[in-house]
Amino acid sequence: MIRYALGRLTSLIISLIVASVVIFAVIEVIPGDPAAFMLGVNARPDTIAALRAEMGLDQPLITRYLDWVTGLLRGDFGQSWTYKTPVSELINDRIWVSLPLAIYALILSTLIAFPAGIYAASRRGGAGDVTIMGATQLGVAIPNFWFAMILVLIFAINLRWFSAGGFPGWSDPFQALKSLTLPAIALALPQAAILARVMRSSLLDMLGEDFIRTARAKGLSRRQALWKHAVRNALIPVLTIIGLQFSFLLAGGIIIEQVFFLPGLGRLIFQSISARDLIVVESVVMLLVFTVIMVNFLVDLAYAAVDPRLRTKA
Amino acid sequence: MSLLAIKDLSLAIGDTKILHDIDLTMQKGEIVAITGESGSGKSMTALAVMGLLPQGSDPKGKILLDGTDILQTTEPNLCKMRGNAMGMVFQEPMTALNPVQTIGAQVAETILIHEKTSKAEAHKRAAAMLERVGLKVAPTRYPHELSGGQRQRVVIAMAIALRPKLLIADEPTTALDVTTQARILDLLRDLVREFDMGLLIITHDLAVVADIADKIVVMQNGRVVEAGETKHLLARMQHPYTKALFEASTHAVSLPETTQSSPMLSVQNVNRDYPMSRQTLLGPRPMFRALHDISFEINQSERVGLVGESGCGKSTLTRAILGLEDVQGGEIRLDGEPVFTGKHPNLAVRRRMQVVFQDPYSSFNPRHRVDRLITEPFHLLETPPTGQARTHAIAKALEDVGLSSNDATKYIHEFSGGQRQRIAIARALIIAPELIIFDEAVSALDVSVRAQVLDLIADLCHKRPLAYIFISHDLSVVRTVTDRVMVMQAGKIVEQGETETVFANPQHPYTQTLIAAAPKLPTFGMAV
Repeated sequence: MIRYALGRLTSLIISLIVASVVIFAVIEVIPGDPAAFMLGVNARPDTIAALRAEMGLDQPLITRYLDWVTGLLRGDFGQSWTYKTPVSELINDRIWVSLPLAIYALILSTLIAFPAGIYAASRRGGAGDVTIMGATQLGVAIPNFWFAMILVLIFAINLRWFSAGGFPGWSDPFQALKSLTLPAIALALPQAAILARVMRSSLLDMLGEDFIRTARAKGLSRRQALWKHAVRNALIPVLTIIGLQFSFLLAGGIIIEQVFFLPGLGRLIFQSISARDLIVVESVVMLLVFTVIMVNFLVDLAYAAVDPRLRTKA
Repeated sequence: MSLLAIKDLSLAIGDTKILHDIDLTMQKGEIVAITGESGSGKSMTALAVMGLLPQGSDPKGKILLDGTDILQTTEPNLCKMRGNAMGMVFQEPMTALNPVQTIGAQVAETILIHEKTSKAEAHKRAAAMLERVGLKVAPTRYPHELSGGQRQRVVIAMAIALRPKLLIADEPTTALDVTTQARILDLLRDLVREFDMGLLIITHDLAVVADIADKIVVMQNGRVVEAGETKHLLARMQHPYTKALFEASTHAVSLPETTQSSPMLSVQNVNRDYPMSRQTLLGPRPMFRALHDISFEINQSERVGLVGESGCGKSTLTRAILGLEDVQGGEIRLDGEPVFTGKHPNLAVRRRMQVVFQDPYSSFNPRHRVDRLITEPFHLLETPPTGQARTHAIAKALEDVGLSSNDATKYIHEFSGGQRQRIAIARALIIAPELIIFDEAVSALDVSVRAQVLDLIADLCHKRPLAYIFISHDLSVVRTVTDRVMVMQAGKIVEQGETETVFANPQHPYTQTLIAAAPKLPTFGMAV
C-alpha cells in the first residue's frame, strides 16, 4: 500500500512539473509579447517596456520559469496588473467561495446519486427504475444555468427562502452556507444525474458477475448480495466520475457564479481573461491544475482502499 | 426417503422450453453425475435444485430435498436453505470469489448469515474449514493472490462450511489443469465420505464421470435419455446418444503416414524474459524467465503436440514462433529465415505460418462478414488476390473446411461454436501456410463437435502437406492427432519424442504425473 501511494505520489509530482512547464510555455512564450498583448494595440512603447521589466520579460526563459515556480512554492503568485494587488490575495478571497461551493455540490450530488443509482439497479426494469432513469435523462439534458434561474425564481423571488445572489462572507457560517445552497443545487443536479446513471450501470455489471451468484448460493438474499458484494466493487468507476466532477465543479462553475453573483474563482478567471491580466490567469490556471491533480491522487488512493488488487501493484 | 428426488421437472423461460420431465433421485453419501453437451439442460437442472433459476422461469413438477419441495418454498426460506442444507460450487474459480474481500471473510459469511455466532468464532471455523479443504494459505489473503485450484478450494470451503446435506458442483474442474483436477476430485470424494453428503456433479467430461460417479444421468436437449448405476450403464449403454457421446470422447483420427522430410522450423536455445514490477522505487526490474533454453525442430508435414499446465509457457512459445515478440536468447528460424527482424515479425516468414485460437466466440470481430474475416491474412501477402481470384479463394477455403461458399456473406453470430472453429481454420488456410499452430483449438468444443473438427484436421493433412503444432491440455486429443509430442513444465521442455512412445512409456516424472492425473475413459462397452 505504501509502495502504491509512493508510486502515485511520484506520478503526481511529475504531472505537476509537466503542467507548470506547459502553462508557462503557453502563456509566456508563444506567441508574441505578453506585455504588448496585455496592454492592447494602443499602448505606448514606454508603457510596454515598463510592464516588460516588471514582468521580468527581459530575463532569460529559464530564470523566468524558475522565478515563477519558486514564487508559487512560497505562495507568491506575483502582482495582478489590473487589480494592482498580489494575486495570492485575489485567490485567497475567492477560493473560500469556490472550494466550499464545489464540496457542497459534490456532497449533494453524491447524496442524491448513490441512493438513486442503487435503488434503480436493485429494481431493474421496474417502475422505480424507469422513473429514476427518466429523471436522470432530464437532469443530464437541462442546462444548469437555466435550472439555476428557475431555482432563483421559485425559492428566492416567490418563496423568499433564499437570497437571489451575492455572498455575505464566512463571518456568519449559516448565512454563508445558505447563500451557497441554491448555487450548489444548480451545480449538483446535472452531476447527480450522471453519477446515478454510472452507479446504476456499474452495479448492474457487478450483479451479473459470478461472485454474486456464489453469494446467492451461500444463502444471501438478492438485496444482501447487492449491499455486501456488489456495491463496493461498483465503486471504482463511480470514484473516477466523482474525481472528474469535482475538478469540473471547482473550475467550471463560472456560469453559475455569474448567475448568483458569487465572487468565486470562475469569475476571477473570466474577468482576468477579459482584462488580459495574464499574470492572474497563469496563476489561477496553475492552481486549478494543482487541485485537479491532487484530487486525482486522492481518487487513486481511494481506489486502493476499495480494491486490494491495486495495493499489491507498484 | 431419498435425499433428493426430482419428479417430472419441466422448465420454460418465456416461450422456450428448457427442460422436459426430468426424473432423478439420489441418496445420502451418493455421487450422481449429470452429463451431456452444452445446451442439454445440465446447469439449469442444478440451478433449479438451488432455487436460483433466472427471472421469468416457469418450473413445473417437484424437487424434493429431504422431503421439502424447493419449487413450493418461499424465497426467504430458500435463502435459509442455500448454503445450509445445500451448497453449490461453480465452474469458473477465477471469477466466483468477491475480489475485494479476504477468503476467510467470504467463508465466514456462510456461517454468519445462517447461525447466531460471534464474528471471531465464525472466522475461526472458516479457517478450520479452509484447512480441511487442503488450502495452505492464510485466511487473510485476497482471491487474486491465489491460483485457480486454490480458489476452487475456497469456493468448496464456502459451500460446505455448514456441512450441507447436498453439494452441487457445476463443472467444478473444467477450468483447471489435469493434476489440479485430480486433486479437487479427490477432495470432493473425501468430503462426501466424511460428511455423508450427496454430491450432484455436473460435467461434460465423461472420463471424470466414469471416474467419480456412482450413478450417471445422461441429458440431451433438456431430457434425460439414459440413467443408471455407472458400472451398469457403461457396460450396457442403451440410448444411441449415450453411445455417440462415448464414441466421440474416445474419437481417434487417422492421420496420413509421415514421410521422410527435411526440417522446416528450427527453435534453438530460446529464452524469453518478462520484466516484473519493481521491488523498490526506481530499482531495477527483476526478470521472469518464461521460456528456458527451448530447442526443437519441426519437419515439413510433421504434426507435433505441445502439452503442459497453464502458465508453463505454451502461449509464450506460440507468440515467439509467430514472431509477435522478440526473444532474449537463441533464435527461431523457418527454413533458415528468422521469424523476427528488427522490431517486427518477418513478413516473408510470417505468411507461411497461421494460428487457430481457443475461443470461437471471441476471436472474431462480430461486425465483419465471414469473407472479410477469413481474408484477414491476405495483408501478409505482397499482392493479395482481388476480384474473381479473391472470391475463388474465399469459396475454396470455406469448402475445404466443410462450409458452403454462400456462408461468405454471413456474420459470425449466425454460426455455432463448431462452425466458428471451422471458419477460424479457413482463415488460417486461406494463404496456404506450411505451419499452423492450433492453440487449444478444440478445448472449448463439445465432444461430438470436437470429433468432427479433429476429423477435419486429419482430412486436411491427407489433402495437402501441412505441419502443425497442436497445443492442448487434453492428453487424449494430443495422442490421436500428433506424431510427436513435447511436454513443457515451467518454461522448459522436459520430454519430447514420438507420441505413442511418450504416452506408453513416459520417462520424466512430470510426464508420468500428467498422464497419471488425466482421467481415463473405460473402453467402450466395458465395466469400470
